[in-house]
Amino acid sequence: MSLRAEAPPATTRIPRFTRAERWVHRTTALLMGVCVVTAAFLYIPEFAQLVGRRELVVRVHEWAGLALPVPVLAGLASRAFRADLRHLNRFGPHDRRWVGAAVRRDKRRQSRPAAKFNAGQKIYAAWIAGATLVMVGTGLLMWFTHLTPIMWRTSATFVHDWLALTIGVVLAGHIGMALGDPEARRGMRTGSVSREWARREHRLWRP
Amino acid sequence: MNPEPSEPAEPSEAAGPDAAPAERGTPVGRRVFLGTLALGALGVVAAPPLQRGMEAFLGSAADKDPTGLTGLLPNGGGFRYYSVTSSVPHRNATNYRLTVDGLVDRPATYTLADLRALPQTRMVKDVQCVTGWRVPGTPFEGVRLSALLDAAGVRAEAGAIRFTCFDGAYTESLTLAQARRADVLVALRMQDKDLGHDHGGPVRLYVAPMYFYKSAKWLSGITVTEKVKPGYWEERGYDVDAWVGRSNGRDDEPTS
Repeated sequence: MSLRAEAPPATTRIPRFTRAERWVHRTTALLMGVCVVTAAFLYIPEFAQLVGRRELVVRVHEWAGLALPVPVLAGLASRAFRADLRHLNRFGPHDRRWVGAAVRRDKRRQSRPAAKFNAGQKIYAAWIAGATLVMVGTGLLMWFTHLTPIMWRTSATFVHDWLALTIGVVLAGHIGMALGDPEARRGMRTGSVSREWARREHRLWRP
Repeated sequence: MNPEPSEPAEPSEAAGPDAAPAERGTPVGRRVFLGTLALGALGVVAAPPLQRGMEAFLGSAADKDPTGLTGLLPNGGGFRYYSVTSSVPHRNATNYRLTVDGLVDRPATYTLADLRALPQTRMVKDVQCVTGWRVPGTPFEGVRLSALLDAAGVRAEAGAIRFTCFDGAYTESLTLAQARRADVLVALRMQDKDLGHDHGGPVRLYVAPMYFYKSAKWLSGITVTEKVKPGYWEERGYDVDAWVGRSNGRDDEPTS
C-alpha cells in the first residue's frame, strides 16, 4: 500500500506469472531448445558433419523429447498455472474480434482486445501442446521400432519430419514476437509487468 | 479466480447461467489441442500416399532448385551424412590400407593403387536408407568383394565376413554367401567421382541389395570369420540380414 502511494501509477509493477509458472516456461524452453538443436545435428547434413556422434545425439534428442511434457504436468500442481490454463482455454467474444483483426492485418490496438492472454497466445499455447504430444508419440514409434507393425515407423517418420519443420517456423515466430516486446519478456523473467504495458496490451485483464 | 471479463456490450454467448465465472467462454483452446492431436494421428494413417505425392513433387522441384533448399526438406532427396564418431581421420592414396585376413590362406594388404589396378565393376541402382530416404539411380564402381576373397583363398571352415572401418567404431558383417554376390563391391567411386571423405572415401563397402547401413563407410579391414558377428547398428536393434523390403519391418521396393 505504501509503495503504491509513493510511486506514480504508471511505474507500479503488477504480478503476471508466479515463480512456478516461470519455471515451467524456463524448463520447457530449455528442453525444446535441446530438441531443436539436436534435431538440427541429426537432420541438416552440414551440422551432422560438424558433430557426428550420432548415437549420443540421438539419445539426447530422445530423452529431451520424452521429458518435454514433464514441466507442464508438474506445473498442474500450481493453482496459478491451472488458472492460466483456464484463461488460455476459454475464448470470449473479444478473442474472436482479435482473430478477425489479425486476419485483416489490422494492427490497431483498439481492434485487438485481449484479457490476460490474447487470442494468438491462446491458439499458440493449445497448438504447441498438441504438436508436442504428436512429436512425442511419433518419436516413440521411431524409437521402439520392433514394437510397432510394418509401415508405422515410416509413417511416423513422415509426420515427425514435417511437423518438426512446422514447429521450427512457429517457434521462430514465438521467439521473434518475444524479442519485439521487452516488457512481455520482463514479465516472463521477473514475474511482473508495468501497469502501463498491461493496460496497453491486455486492457481486459483484471489482475 | 481471475475471470476473463467479457466486454460489457457483448454478453458471452457460450456461458450458461450456471457457468462458474472462470469457465466462461468457448473452450477453443481444448478444441485446437485435440484437433492438433487428431491431425497428427490422421497424418500417420495417411502418410504413405502423402509421402509418395510429396516425394514426387519435391523430386521435380529439386531438379529446378538452384538454391539447394529443397534438399533440406523432409524427403527432399539426396544423401544424408551419418557418422557414429565425432571425427573421422582422413585417408588418401599415400596412407590408405585395406587388409584382408582371418580364415584365409593368403592374408593381404591393399593400397589404393592396388585396388584401382584390379578389374572394376560399375552398377547403377537405388540407395535405400533404413530411416526412409532413397536416392534413385546412383552409380557405384569398384572391385567385387568376391574377387578379393578368391585372391585370399577362403578356408573351408569360414562362414562369414567381418568389416572394420578406420573411423575406429563402425563394424559390419555379411555371411559368406552374401559377400560372394556379384552386387557386393569394395567401392572406390560413387556418382562417377572418386569417393569423397563424407561419403566414406577413399574406400567403402557397397552392398546393393541391403539397407545402406550395411554399406560401411571408411572400410579398412575385411576379416573372414566362422560365424556372423552383428555390426554396430545391429547391436542397437537393426536386422543383420538387411535385405531392402524384407527386413527392419519395412516394405520398400527392392534395390537389387
